[in-house]
Amino acid sequence: MAVTASPSFPAEAIPKRRNPVVAFMAAQPLGFVAFLIILMYFVFALGAYWIAPYDPEAVDFSAMLGAPSGEHFFGTDQYGRDVFSRLVYGARTALAVGILSAIAGCTLGAVVGATSGYFGGRLDTFIQRIVDVMLSFPIIVLAMVVVAVLGRNAVFGVDLNLIAAIALPMVPKMARIARSSTLSIAQMPFIDAARAAGYSHPRIILRHILPNIVAPYLIMLTAFIAQAILLEASLSFLGLGVTEPTPAWGLMLTGTSADFYKAAPWMIMFPGLAITLAVFAFNLFGDSLRDWLDPKMKT
Amino acid sequence: MFSFLIRRLLLVIPTLVGVAVAVFFLIRVMPGDVVVVKLRAEGAAVSEETIEAERKRLGLDKPMIVQFKDYMIGLTRLDLGKSLWTGESVSAEIAQRFPVSFQVAIMATIIAVLIAVPLGTLSALYKDSWIDNTVRVLAVSGLAIPGFWLGMLIILMLLAVFNWLPKIGYVSIFEDPVANLSALIWPALSVGYRYAAVVTRMMRSALLEVMREDYIRTARAKGVFEKLVTRRHALKNAMLPVVTVVGLEFAFLIGGLVVTEQVFNLNGIGKLFVDATTRGDFTLIQGLVLLIAVVFVMVNLLVDVLYGWLDPRVRLN
Repeated sequence: MAVTASPSFPAEAIPKRRNPVVAFMAAQPLGFVAFLIILMYFVFALGAYWIAPYDPEAVDFSAMLGAPSGEHFFGTDQYGRDVFSRLVYGARTALAVGILSAIAGCTLGAVVGATSGYFGGRLDTFIQRIVDVMLSFPIIVLAMVVVAVLGRNAVFGVDLNLIAAIALPMVPKMARIARSSTLSIAQMPFIDAARAAGYSHPRIILRHILPNIVAPYLIMLTAFIAQAILLEASLSFLGLGVTEPTPAWGLMLTGTSADFYKAAPWMIMFPGLAITLAVFAFNLFGDSLRDWLDPKMKT
Repeated sequence: MFSFLIRRLLLVIPTLVGVAVAVFFLIRVMPGDVVVVKLRAEGAAVSEETIEAERKRLGLDKPMIVQFKDYMIGLTRLDLGKSLWTGESVSAEIAQRFPVSFQVAIMATIIAVLIAVPLGTLSALYKDSWIDNTVRVLAVSGLAIPGFWLGMLIILMLLAVFNWLPKIGYVSIFEDPVANLSALIWPALSVGYRYAAVVTRMMRSALLEVMREDYIRTARAKGVFEKLVTRRHALKNAMLPVVTVVGLEFAFLIGGLVVTEQVFNLNGIGKLFVDATTRGDFTLIQGLVLLIAVVFVMVNLLVDVLYGWLDPRVRLN
């Protein structure tokens, strides 16, 4: 028996799923530019070894405080270290600390907020009181208290306590947003169905509620990465974050570089530009992501 | 209005007590021993007895519950204990540093409001014009520029243009207003920029929202001049959320002062906080955190009162 050809549809009739990257580029051109800048930072961070022309920690006293030149694009610092190479390696520190702490803070916040909204009652009131108190402090103050309380704890070159210090101030904001989303999701019939099926509370929260707050989660995550990069730079600048000789943008601007305002302004200009551009890109990307995913959401 | 005020004041007390208790216990979890750090930093070998004696002198040998009792009783008399590092009273340390930071904060607020309200209004009235776009770019970059770097750029500019730097050391505004202002205007500008950026954004979005209201359409329909519509009807109503943001950001200025005071070498609350954190001086940290909480609560109270005054609906609820 001849195989009858399956009825063929004209290609256009099948709704084609647009590549999300292409769709995003078309809808949010500015956000796409921000995305490209972020991509550039990732390339620097991951390929630092191949991109940086010098070892970021190599001291060269014959080239101290050198002005930007063909040899040293962004000049050298007071130890003769290449500023450009330190910036490239600094991207690694900034992204590693920024992304890890934003993910930690955002995830913890989402779980706390969803739990608070799902159970309601006394637990909810209690959690919301704590959130209120935490929200009444600037994030750098919370981070500094955590730094003071925990001290330092470097594991594989990453200071886990620093990540905790940057993550903690992000928790209350995300918890607020996750809670309000959860309140509306908890009214939905599929939650009743899950309850009727006898699922445990943790399972309902993790499998049924959290997947439904992915959009606000992603939006907050990009905004938090921007804040985390800024916070890491500020803490390192104050001598409470990343320590020498690890290359970090905030650290490059710390105390000693202030002695060289006149002699070597490039030591101040370039690290600051690197921080500003990174924070700007993540903020812009987050804004565009919000407009694209969830236009009603306000942060 | 009076009962509204009393109600708000009473609500403040449990919040502050909560913060005081939370801070006390949070900070005791600290693993490092400040006494050991302090003594070992000064000299080389320190005997166990000296450490014990120092601990006793600072009252750290007592059980935690007794320390907690002393601390809470002290609080009722505004006694925040003694700094573990300098041995001075925490209240005195704070009182000594407070005026500088407070003045910078006030100046930053004035700068921010003076910049933000007109710019935000223009930006909203001429939405999507080049004015609007410029203002928005300025505002967004205000959120991205790290405060300490902006301070450094200001110093670079002062050096490049005037070859001049403000003198180090604080002079009271009552003694020598010129020296005082010429030193403090720069840190105020550097924290004020971010502040202005936040307020501008709020001003713009609040005004845009109000302009869509029915009563604006009504006012226009009955032939009120456009100038009057914006001034009397729109601006007044748009000011409510702006007042909130100005207040909130004022309470949060300490976050900017922490880094800015470091850049400009100002001996204020922010620098005190950084020093306390570096040294693990937890009575001082405790006192500063409480101070920040009190400022936050007080500013909120002030905002609420202003709100009640601006908008009668708030008073009645």
